Order: sequence, then C-alpha cells, then structure tokens
Amino acid sequence: MTTTDPGTDLGLPSLRTGTELVPSTDATQTGKDYTSDQEVRWCPGCGDYAVLKAVQGFLPGLGLRRENIVFVSGIGCSSRFPYYLDTFGMHSIHGRAPSIATGLATAREDLSVWVVTGDGDALSIGGNHLIHALRRNVNMTILLFNNRIYGLTKGQYSPTSETGKVTKSTPMGSVDHPFNPVSLALGAEASFVARTIDSDRKHLTSVLSAAAAHRGTSLVEIYQNCPIFNDGAFDAIKSNDTKHDAIIPLVHGEPIRFGATLEDGLGHKGLVRDPATGGVTVAEVSEVGTDAILVHDAHNPDPSMAFAISRLTEMGYLNQTPIGIFRQVDRPTYDDQARAQVATAQGGHDDHPGDRLAALIGGGDTWTVV
Amino acid sequence: MSSETTKPVKQLDRVIIRFAGDSGDGMQLTGDRFTQESASFGNDLATLPNFPAEIRAPQGTIPGVSSFQVHFADHDILTPGDAPDVLVAMNPAALKANVGDLPKGATIIVDTHDFTKRNLDKAGYAANPLEDDSDSGVLAEFAVQPVDLTGMTIEAVKEFGLSRKDAARAKNMFALGLVSWMYGRPTESTIAFLTRRFAKVPAIRDANITAFKAGWYFGETTEAFAVQYEVKPAPVSAGTYRNITGNLALAYGLVAAGVQADLPLFLGTYPITPASDILHELSKHKSFGITTFQAEDEIAGIGAAIGASFGGALGVTSTSGPGVALKSEAIGLAVMTELPLVVVNVQRGGPSTGLPTKTEQSDLLQAMFGRNGESPVPVIAPQSPGDCFDAAIEAARIAITYRTPVMLLSDGMLANGSEPWRVPEVADLPRIEPGFATGPNHVSAKNAKENGPDAEPDEFWPYLRDEETLARPWAIPGTAGIEHRIGGLEKADGHGNISYDTDNHDKMTRLRQAKIDRIADSLPPLGVDDPSGAAKVLVIGWGSTYGPIGAGIRRVRKAGHNVAQVHLRHINPFPKDLGEILKRYDTVLVPEMNLGQLSLLLRAEYLVDAIGYNQVRGLPLKAAELAEAIAELVAKAEGVPVDLSNTDTDDTDANPVSTHTAQIAEAKK
Repeated sequence: MTTTDPGTDLGLPSLRTGTELVPSTDATQTGKDYTSDQEVRWCPGCGDYAVLKAVQGFLPGLGLRRENIVFVSGIGCSSRFPYYLDTFGMHSIHGRAPSIATGLATAREDLSVWVVTGDGDALSIGGNHLIHALRRNVNMTILLFNNRIYGLTKGQYSPTSETGKVTKSTPMGSVDHPFNPVSLALGAEASFVARTIDSDRKHLTSVLSAAAAHRGTSLVEIYQNCPIFNDGAFDAIKSNDTKHDAIIPLVHGEPIRFGATLEDGLGHKGLVRDPATGGVTVAEVSEVGTDAILVHDAHNPDPSMAFAISRLTEMGYLNQTPIGIFRQVDRPTYDDQARAQVATAQGGHDDHPGDRLAALIGGGDTWTVV
Repeated sequence: MSSETTKPVKQLDRVIIRFAGDSGDGMQLTGDRFTQESASFGNDLATLPNFPAEIRAPQGTIPGVSSFQVHFADHDILTPGDAPDVLVAMNPAALKANVGDLPKGATIIVDTHDFTKRNLDKAGYAANPLEDDSDSGVLAEFAVQPVDLTGMTIEAVKEFGLSRKDAARAKNMFALGLVSWMYGRPTESTIAFLTRRFAKVPAIRDANITAFKAGWYFGETTEAFAVQYEVKPAPVSAGTYRNITGNLALAYGLVAAGVQADLPLFLGTYPITPASDILHELSKHKSFGITTFQAEDEIAGIGAAIGASFGGALGVTSTSGPGVALKSEAIGLAVMTELPLVVVNVQRGGPSTGLPTKTEQSDLLQAMFGRNGESPVPVIAPQSPGDCFDAAIEAARIAITYRTPVMLLSDGMLANGSEPWRVPEVADLPRIEPGFATGPNHVSAKNAKENGPDAEPDEFWPYLRDEETLARPWAIPGTAGIEHRIGGLEKADGHGNISYDTDNHDKMTRLRQAKIDRIADSLPPLGVDDPSGAAKVLVIGWGSTYGPIGAGIRRVRKAGHNVAQVHLRHINPFPKDLGEILKRYDTVLVPEMNLGQLSLLLRAEYLVDAIGYNQVRGLPLKAAELAEAIAELVAKAEGVPVDLSNTDTDDTDANPVSTHTAQIAEAKK
C-alpha cells in the first residue's frame, strides 16, 4: 500500500490502491499543467483558493495521466472547483455529485474520480447520496469543504452551523442541531474518514495523498473559512496562540496528545478512554500517566473508537477538534465488485455479441411459422 | 393427455377469457400459462393483466381480486378484448368484481368450493348467487358452470401428502387444465414449466402437474362440458415467434441497443411499479457488459446514469411518473450537458402515487415540459408490447446520435400486456455510431495566427456542433487533449466555458431546440392508414392506444365507412409530414388515456381543431366505445348514419359469444 505519513503498515492484506488501475505517465507535470484558463472567481480571502492551490500542487505527484482524472462537483461556492482544474470535470446539480461520480467510477475503472462538495451540498440536499456512496465504498475521493455557512446563497445557516447561529434566515438564532460530518461518515461505515484545514497546506496535502491512495470512498472534511459570511469560524484552530489547545492531532500509531508540551516533547493533554461512558475524554497526562493515553489506530476494523474521538469536536464555536485521519480500513469497493460480476458473466463468451443477442431474443418458448 | 378428443369440436374464430381470483390464487400465472399455450399453438393474441397494488390484499375481498384477460383468435387481433366470453371465477369476490363486465350469454366457470357464507359476506353477497335460479337472478343471463375446483384438486393430489392448504393451492392448475381442454390447447409447455418451476419441491411439482392433468381429464370426461372448441392458428408471416410482454421487449431492446452501438449499457434506477421488471431483466444480462445499479433513490439512479454516459457508456434510467418528477432536474442537466441518456417512463395512473398498477398516458406533457427552462427532450412511444423492442433501440439511436436525453413513454398496459412477437434478425437491426471525440477539434487563435486557419487543431471545443445533426462531440475522459469541463451553467457557444452573456444564452437556447427539431430529418414519413383515400375523419393516437383505436376503426370500416388512422411513435419532434396529413382531413379525433395531452400539442403546433376522446379509468380504451365515438364523427362528416350493429367482433362476421353460449347451453342439457 502506498499510504503516506499517518498510514504505517499494519500488516493488513495488500489491496489495490485508489489509483492502481489509472494509467500513469512518466512525463513531468507541474501545478501549471492542472491550471485551466478560467479566471478564478471566489471572493478575495476565500479558503477555497488555498485548497485549489494545494490540489494543483498535489496532483502532479500522483503521476497519473491528466486525461484520466475527473472532478465532479455539485452546487455551491466550492463546486466551482472543477472549472479551475485542467482535467475532465462536471459541475453538476445540487447535492448529486456523489451519484454522478458513482456511475462514472463504476463505468470506468481507469479514472481517478474526485468529488468536490460543501457542507450544504453534501449534508443538506445531498445527504442521502453521501451516506450511500460511503456505505457502498465506491472508489472516489470526496472533498467536503466545510465553512459552516451557505455562501453562494448569501449567508444562511448550514447543517454544520452551530445552534444559535444568527444569519439572514435565523435572525433569532438557529434552532437546528448541527451535523458532525466525521461522525456522520463513520456512522455510514465509511472506509476512509479524515479532517484537515484549508490553511495548513502540508497537512492538507498529506491527507489528500492518503485519500487518493485509499481504494474506496475517501471522505476528507476540509475546514474552510468563508471571509464574507462566517469569517473567523476556525480562528481557534488557526491562531498560533490557541491552536495547540484546539487541535487534537491524529497520527496513526502515535499517542493522541496536544496542548503545551511536556518534557517528552508531547502535549500535556491526552485522550483517554472513559470507562463510565465507553467514550473518550481529554485528560491531563500528568494525572493519568502516559500509559493511559490512547494510541491512535486508524486501521482498527471497529469504528467505535474513531467515532468516540470524533465526538470531541466542539459543535458550538470550534474551540476544539480532532484533525487527521480518523479511519482507514480496507473493504471491498462497490465498483470493483460490480465490474467483477460483469467480468464473471462475460467470462467464457468469446462469440460475437450479435450472436448472443440473437440467442437471447430468440430464447424462451418460441414457435416457427413457415 | 392428447389433443385428440372424443367429444364434438366446434370452431370459433376468437375467444376472450378472463381468469379471476384472489391475489394469492395465482391468476397471473394461470393466465400467463394459458397465453403461452395459445401462443405456441399459433393463435394471435393480446393480454391484459389487472391486479391490485397490494401484494396480498385482504383475502376474499373485492379489492384483493386479481385477473388476467387473454384474447386469442384465428386472425390478426389488436386488443385484449372489451368483454370476456368466458369468466373463470375462483371465489365470490372474483365473480362479483367481474360479472359486470360480461356480455349477456357469457360463460362463467365458478369454483363452488369458496362460496361459503363467510366468503359471500366478504364479497357483499346477501345470498349465494349460484343458488338463485330465478329469471331475475344476478346470473340469469349467463351460462354458469359450477365446478368444485378446489375439492376436486384436493382429491386429485392427495397421494402427495400435502397439507390441505397446500393441496388446495394447485386449484389454479386444475382450472387451467379444464380451460386448456375446452380450447384444445397444447399442454407440453405448461408441464415443462411446472417441472422447471418446482424442480426443488417434488411434491408441489407433482401436485401441480397432477391437478393440471386432472382438470383436463375432468373436461374430457364430465358430461357438463359436451363440446370442445377450436380456435385455429392465425395466418401470420413466416418467422420465429414468441410471446412477449412490453417490459421484457423493452429490456431486450436496450440490450440490443448496447450491442448495436458497441457500448456498455449502464442502468441506474430505483424500483417502482410498473417499471421494475426492466431492472430485473437487465440485471440478468451482465454478459452483455451491462451494469445495473439499484440506487438509493430516483435521483441517484439518473445521476449515476449521467455519470456513466459522461464516461462513455449508454446511460439509461427506468421509472414511472413519480420517479420522472424526481429526476426532472437531472434530465435538465443532461439537456444542458448534451449527454446521451435514455429515460424510460412506464406510465401509471397519476398524479402523485395515483394508481400504481393501472395504466394511463398522462405523463406526456410532463415528458415534454416537466423541467425548468427551455428544456427540449425528444419523446417517443411504443404502440404494442412487442414494439417496445424497436422503440427502445430508436430511443438509444436518438440519444446517442443527438447527444440528448430521450424520453421513452411506455405504460402499464404495454409493460404487463403481451402479444406474439416475431423475433427480428439481428442483422436487420440498425447500427448506432457513438463517434467519440478523439482529439482537438479547433484551431486556437494563436495557432491560426502562426500557421494559418487550416492548421492542425490544437484545442478542444466541447460545444462545436456537427453541421448536420447539431450534436456536440461525445468527449469522454481518458482521451488526451480533450480535457474539458461541462455542467449545468450556461455554456458559451463553441468553446463551452461558462457564459452569462445574454445573446449567447438566447443563441444556445435556440440551438438546443434546433438540435431536437433536426431529429425530424432522420424520421421516415408517417404512414397513414386510409385504404380508400376517401376518409374525412382521421383518428390519431400515440402509445398503447394503437390496438383499441385500430379495433375501433375496423368496426367502422366494417359498417362500410371510411376512416383514416395515424399512429405516432415520435411525439417530439413530430414527423415532418404530420401537419400536411392533418390538413387533409375534415375531422381529427385524438383518443388518449388522459384528458387531452396530445390534443393540446397538436392544437398548439398545427392549429388543428383536434377533438379529444379521453378516458382515465386505469384500463385500456374499449374498442366498441371508441367505434361509437368514431362513428358519430364519420356520420357528421359524411352526412350519413353509421350503423355499427354486427360489427362488434374484431373483424369477422360471426358472433362467437352467442355461438359459444348456445353450445355451452346445449352441453348443459
């Protein structure tokens, strides 16, 4: 497996990687090769720019033929993404990108299929398609840009906005309980679930690498700042003053610790199991001892721990959130299996399809009139 | 068992039988087997299944009655028949629900076993109608054959050690055996079928075969049935035939379209009555490179089909009206992105959930206009169950050639009804050319400046159109040098980048419409059926009304009058000569199973004073009633009275109903 930093080998059976069947190229590519001639039209300061730059910088490293990469998006600010990449792309309709990508990925094993979506597109209007893509485990990577607001429709609350959010459509504050996208994806039995931040290019790129390498549906939630309608939503995890306390870093095989560092170079806070609830809580390392601190296991077939960790996401203002790869497990993909069934059915048929068609339509109880 | 018989044989030219029972009684299977027997015997036939939406409605009640009508003849027939000559009723509810459809003198075979107080109550009979011999009895006008089908079945199969309940379940095969004897049907296919169907449960298999044979022998030996009837094979053109339902033919047509276009077929769909059988059938044929995707909902079904089309497969989605409503936005996306897509709508009664198991033609305007914006979609419709095969290939041809979603409008009657179908030669089927884009198709400004306007194309414009068809390239991922982005936003003419330019939008809107209009260039001239050339009245229809309209017209012609018929396969665009044809006739009648949707389109397009004949009863139009409507217009147009008496057989002189009844009555003496 060509997993990158968080994914050390756990001795799991080696399955196909996400891009194994996609034709590669020896030609040197640069970010410029992936830049279309279209003028980028997001608002100044939008987090989408950073993600676009990171993706354009990351794609050449995959070494794939550019014409075999497809980006499919829905509707929303982030869904304009495909226009700015010089690959194949489809800017489709609201919420439906996962379904379109499912058909494409199933019909064409030789494509690297990406979905770009937002919190409204993926979790409101397209919620059904998202969970079903995740449970089927179609080979594609879903980049979910979460800015916790509706941008393109000018500032209504979204399904990830905090309760009480005052917006154009909720002048007295939203009474909606928000989704935690990572918890949702884990609940839908996603095989790859990660969270990263628009402004942390290094982390974003490493997560993208792992997601692309994963065979199956990879869900990457990207916290993305909307400077117009929800500016500062992620300040706590971006500010140098607060981010060490706000970000719970998940690195496979590493103890989960954060906050100001102790003598061992790791944070003074750590995650421990809570025997009372079966969940996970934050504890002072000095109080519980280093042995009690959870070591992150992204490859655990049981998603319970990953889910428990996901619950540490602050659902109001984002003062605390786990970042990294929550889960990465190998499980058969829908598209591989669907193609295998077709291949099995086709096996042994080397006659002309027209002959088989004649046998099919002329089968059953027939009679001949002369 | 042999078709050699010891009883006198009377000839009939056609018979309509309706098998009716509880929805758990196996009436659909019984009717289907009788149909297969008649088909292999060589009769022409048409069938009409009619069943409740509930899988098992309350037993013994009127809502739970399921029926199957089969019309078979020694000549070419067009409909499943208006009214049955013979009703087989398995219980009081089946009798009560169907007796109103019977003409005077019809034969009724009833299973007396179920005429208990309890079942009579459930059916709403205050007294047992079988015991009322008075002239005013509800069955006085019919030839009633009371037979203890259940009791005799249980007796016949007792050697197999089944429970009484399981033994009684074979009663439908007893009834089938009896009716098969009455009409001298070949029995081999049914015995072979039962052997296959119950191969894993020998006791059930043997009980069913025994019951079937027992029914036959009962007919042969009992004095109650003194005469056997014969309906000779219908003369038809040479070839191999099979009986086929519309859904099966449509699925085969899609398989054939994939083969003829040399494309993998991708069906993205969600189960819905009455379209699900298309999914079931296609899922069996993966050996043709077919992928069937049962999506999480209707929208995902079409979304996946669009994704597969973008990838170079023949994308298909199948549904019924409520599903089309959900898919509308995605159909608009396929219009905008100009990708091939076949949308199959097996229409049912609407609006909303409507009548899921009943037929209707009320989604025509939805197919035409049920999307936001100017969103033209070609619409085509098959006219008979077997014709669903050709219509599916035609839908795929248009979709692929013109890079457009195509609406294929079947309906519940076509889907579940059946007819003998002459199996076409594969060599005669049309080839379909996908013609994928292979590389750049446009000379960039820089290239033209440096190397002249005839330089090698160096860029790809996804919206450059074919001059003849106005179709854009089908440019699939994996092809170097044609990377491009498409989507639902308006595209600039030619290079296809997003454009909000107002003039461009006006131009693109007209181009999308013009492309659909161009399809008419590829259509053959319409055939008008006007044998004398002197008709003043034209009857025009579309879809499954072909049979009833044709049968109605035969009656009027038989009465000595002229009437012309045109039946539309292509509703959008209309064939080019339709306007000229409409002008030739004084009166235009448009029968439809809706409140006048084709009429509206014809009136709008051709300013013709189309007269509607409209019913939405969930059942096919009746030929006799249609004949009266046509006759009224003919009488008015020609200024002469039209007498339709003696025309109420499909196209023969004899009245088989009365002949038949006389013989049954004779047998009873």
